[in-house]
Amino acid sequence: MPQGDYLGMTLTVLDLDQENLAYFQHCADHDFHLQQCANEDCGLIRYPPGTACPWCSGREFNWVPVDARGTVHSYGEVHHAIQPAFRERAPYMILLVELDTQSGVPTEHEALRVAGNLVDADGNFATPDLVKQVGIGSRMRIVFADVADGLALPHWTLDEDGEQPDAPWRYPQEVNGV
Amino acid sequence: MTTDIDATAGKYLRDKYAIIGVGETTYTRGSGMTTRALGTWAIKNAMDDAGIPASEIDGMMSYSGNDSTASPMLAGDLGIRLNFYMDVQGGGSSSEALIGLAIGAIEAGMCETVVVFRSMNGYSQVRIGGTGARASVPVGGDALHSAAYGWFSAGQNFSPTFMRHMYDYGTTPEQVAMVKVIHSEHASNNPKAYYKQRVTVEDVVNSRMICKPLHLLDCCVETDNATALIVTSVDKAYDYANTPARILGVAGRVCKPRIDMHFQHGPISTVAGYYIKDLIYRNAGLGPQDIQCTGAYDAFTFTSMLQLEDYGFCEKGEGGDYVSSGIMRLGGERPNNTSGGHLCEGYTHGMNMIIENVRQLRGQVDDYCPVDGNGNKQHTFNYAEPSAGGGCRQVPDVEITQNLGWAMPGTGSSLIMRKG
Ligand SMILES: [Zn+2]
Repeated sequence: MPQGDYLGMTLTVLDLDQENLAYFQHCADHDFHLQQCANEDCGLIRYPPGTACPWCSGREFNWVPVDARGTVHSYGEVHHAIQPAFRERAPYMILLVELDTQSGVPTEHEALRVAGNLVDADGNFATPDLVKQVGIGSRMRIVFADVADGLALPHWTLDEDGEQPDAPWRYPQEVNGV
Repeated sequence: MTTDIDATAGKYLRDKYAIIGVGETTYTRGSGMTTRALGTWAIKNAMDDAGIPASEIDGMMSYSGNDSTASPMLAGDLGIRLNFYMDVQGGGSSSEALIGLAIGAIEAGMCETVVVFRSMNGYSQVRIGGTGARASVPVGGDALHSAAYGWFSAGQNFSPTFMRHMYDYGTTPEQVAMVKVIHSEHASNNPKAYYKQRVTVEDVVNSRMICKPLHLLDCCVETDNATALIVTSVDKAYDYANTPARILGVAGRVCKPRIDMHFQHGPISTVAGYYIKDLIYRNAGLGPQDIQCTGAYDAFTFTSMLQLEDYGFCEKGEGGDYVSSGIMRLGGERPNNTSGGHLCEGYTHGMNMIIENVRQLRGQVDDYCPVDGNGNKQHTFNYAEPSAGGGCRQVPDVEITQNLGWAMPGTGSSLIMRKG
């Protein structure tokens, strides 16, 4: 049972939880995979891991590698952290990154929007200066934070190879400089 | 607005049930009693309000997040013998849903009159924000994709929805702040409100940032309290003390697609109200233009705005204009949360907003207006602060109200009532 301490929390993947076991094992291998519906009339990829296909109810699937690059679709920026270890890292960003893969499929507003925190290229939580550089429209690539054998968390960092917007959309008000 | 369905036909229940009694405890931070004691006080207050004895109540329902006491304890304490009870998991949006289920239980012949209650030491025992005991629970399963990122409290969970609305529609912090400003005006005329101080837009946008786009004053006030209401059929409703609040329609825990993680199914700035409106207005036989007073759940300033917009009280994207226009102020065209709501009166997961609308429909809102020799309020309709000679918060001639209950962006409930 993959289990580890991470920022003051105990993260656990139960042995019965086959979908999350496989998902986080791929993350631990630093090789992002998602489930693809095995119904040949469907074939849609889903996130987060689940037990059936949200579009056709099919239960069969395959794990497939997914190019983990995308665009920030929205975010929250936490200044008053709740968990103690996050307090030292505030302000921190919760990002929803819309993958290029399957964006706008099967309908216009659907997409794979993968959560994660904003980190630097080495996987460290973003500094306040880095936080101010990221907003809706920023181009991101995935980074993994190792937690335990069989368990790593995906995070997001600015994609050095991506074409960044001149000014990503940021919340219009800075209070006390943050 | 509505359809070719005749919701007054026998199999539909429009206008056939009513709320006959409401009650609550004081809103405090430190109740000094158990949720069992709090719940007992609120239910007894609702019974006294209706003038109904324990012998004429035979059903009880509640909801909680493992932070309450179940129906059999409270019923036993009060001498209520139950033919039906059910205590379910849930928070916001459960109040309206349970009223619908109470109607179903009565309609099925399982019982005749149902108390619905919520009892919570929401400040002194189990805080909604997840501090204390809740923060130390091991993180597994679904939470590995959320709580592990410090994405945990309601404000944190909802923030991408709120942020995207600002991006999509140009909604400003100052527009949204008006929700708090207006609710604080209403609360100043509510003797029960935990926060009675009126605030300004500047107060809101200069308050401490909690989780962008939420300042401290965009967030509701955690309190200890219990709330209760009593549902029965219209056949019986007129036997009791008050003008019944008759139920025209109800919708419970309606969800957006992909409710496992609704952000996968956009637009993410659209909330469950978009789907609820097709159910609730059909069932009630009217539309948003007919609603005179709303109770749009204000866990945050944004939640009132997003719901009012998606239910169709304004055009999509114009929620910021709607909430800052003055429409939802007392004296405006369609006041919202005349008690001050969760932002000011106290946090109850929506029960207090239903109680408030029941009292509005009776014309007997409990404000600072004088009471005549028969115990009836003599409302002045002066909405200034009490110190400025006002103190009223009764909406004149209100016939139809709507509650817009919120669990999260992807799930909500609704209740439409009329004066009996
Ligand atoms: Zn499929």
